[in-house]
Amino acid sequence: MASVEFQNVTKSFGSFNAVSDISFKVADGEFICLLGPSGCGKTTSLRMIAGLETPSSGKIMIGPDDVTHLHPKDRQISMVFQDYALYPHMNLADNIAYPLKVRGESVEKRHKRAKEVADVLKIGDLLQRLPSQISGGQQQRTSLARALVYPSRVYLFDEPLSNLDAKLRLEARGFLNHLQRDMGMTAVYVTHDQAEAMALATRIAVMDRGRIVQFAPPIEIYRRPATTFVANFVGNPPMNMIPVEGIVESEQLQLRAHGVLVRNLPLSQGIKAALGKGAALTLGVRPEHLSMGTINDTNTLSGNLFANENMGPEKLVTFERQDGGRVTARIFTDDMVETTENVAFTFDGAHATLFDAEGKRIAADGERPL
Amino acid sequence: MRLSFGQLLARIGFSALAAIIGILFALPLIWFIFAPFNARAELGIAIPDPWTLQNFMTVFGNGFAMRGLLNSLIQSVGGVILVAAAATLAAYALSRSSIPGKSMITYILLLFSSVVSGTAAMVPIFLIVSSVGLMDTHIAVILVFAGGLLPTAMFILRDFIDGIPKTYEESAMVAGASPVQAFFDVALPVIRPGIVVVVVWAFVNIWGSFLIPFILLRSDDLMPSSVAIYSFYSEAGTPIVTLLAAYSLIYSLPVVALYLFVSWKFGFRFFGGIKA
Repeated sequence: MASVEFQNVTKSFGSFNAVSDISFKVADGEFICLLGPSGCGKTTSLRMIAGLETPSSGKIMIGPDDVTHLHPKDRQISMVFQDYALYPHMNLADNIAYPLKVRGESVEKRHKRAKEVADVLKIGDLLQRLPSQISGGQQQRTSLARALVYPSRVYLFDEPLSNLDAKLRLEARGFLNHLQRDMGMTAVYVTHDQAEAMALATRIAVMDRGRIVQFAPPIEIYRRPATTFVANFVGNPPMNMIPVEGIVESEQLQLRAHGVLVRNLPLSQGIKAALGKGAALTLGVRPEHLSMGTINDTNTLSGNLFANENMGPEKLVTFERQDGGRVTARIFTDDMVETTENVAFTFDGAHATLFDAEGKRIAADGERPL
Repeated sequence: MRLSFGQLLARIGFSALAAIIGILFALPLIWFIFAPFNARAELGIAIPDPWTLQNFMTVFGNGFAMRGLLNSLIQSVGGVILVAAAATLAAYALSRSSIPGKSMITYILLLFSSVVSGTAAMVPIFLIVSSVGLMDTHIAVILVFAGGLLPTAMFILRDFIDGIPKTYEESAMVAGASPVQAFFDVALPVIRPGIVVVVVWAFVNIWGSFLIPFILLRSDDLMPSSVAIYSFYSEAGTPIVTLLAAYSLIYSLPVVALYLFVSWKFGFRFFGGIKA
């Protein structure tokens, strides 16, 4: 295993910058997720680690080596592709053992090793089959087996679970998590699924338009999203974002908007600075932090019922404020919502996240690391 | 479902028309199968009475015609190997590399190729071959055919390779293979059904072609069957139907055999990528 480091890496295709000037370091044994919408540069970044793309400028290090211009075969890495890239003319044993074949191992040795790995992944009985004769989940595990069959410094995953159906995806995700705990591998994992990133990563790099917006452990990404973009991207359903007007009354912050009444939040240095530039702020509240209340509560969000979706253990209640903005609350099914037109939800002031006019999170005074 | 009278009539009419057209196309083939075994074959269809192999005995005795079959084989196999090998490498490069304007290159080649092997280019081809000093050689015929067939072969194969995911070779290279290893271990076996199509197509084209060998060759012992078949015409230019029929059947067998072999071995199907 080894570390991976990006030093001011830019990759442009013509005049388009797929990745612009990003720097980050993945420590030895870390599991990093590159998370972002399509076209944010996450796959390009991964392919540059693999050597399948060459940076336009900047440097990429694996361990102590500068690999910026090294051919993929000389990097001692393995990669799992989104489409699995299993060779259709080889049976599973030869597919899994292919990396050993190019390393000049004997047939007996490589088939023995392929069998060992396949047994761990529970595809040991299928080794004589062709890739077209096995299911999607088995194909996925075969491509994983091919990545694990030889010693590798870094494991790269390019949306490896996105072609699986929902149930298999959860199972495979759990297995990858187990594998990471077991092997302590250095891994870079590309995904657009925030739940996958939250579940697997030791740290998540959220990317947007070729840049890293926030690089932090999952819990920090979730609790302290650096920008409105991150807040919108992480969480299911995502954080409610409400444009509000901030007013200072008796040294405390009050927030006002249609259907929004938030009283007596602490007035931090950051908020003072933000209010100095104008009263427009954005209030972020996670759906799971909302609970049923009345308009007389300290902090309320209210409006007309828009949708009431029963998810089994929980309910998603969406209501529309007077100005048309929608807010979603996630409540336990026991807290029944009466089918009244007007609903009101309340939340703890500590769960309010505030963003300034530029969309950056405003830190509270004396915030400690999570 | 009940058909109205009009619909019924239309169906019967259509079937009858289709049957007549079918018979029209079948007639030459029926003649082609019966005539070689008939000692008195003429241009009309007749069931041989008695069946005889006499026509074949006479044809086998014609050294020029037999030599022609061997020459056809030399020229076709030579041309096919050249076309398949060169087209595979060229199409792979055109598909996988990022040469600017690469599709333009293919289209221009494709346009010119119809001229190169066509009648219009016969004079320049003759002059070139003559000045290179290759006149009256197998090599000349093979090269000219290869030049004419290559662009189309490249076009077919490039389309085929474009349909194969790049991740095959990429995963091989990440796993430690050099580009050459990745090509031979992973890409080539997947491309093979496409190459087979090109091989059959090129073989049929060269095997059946008359004009190019007729113009580029002079010695009798280099002429392919397509030219040698004229030895079954009398001085006056009338065909000796019995022998012509027998020779035609022999001449067509390699092509039929190739088709059967390929469809048995490869089945003219494509692997493509695995559906996710």
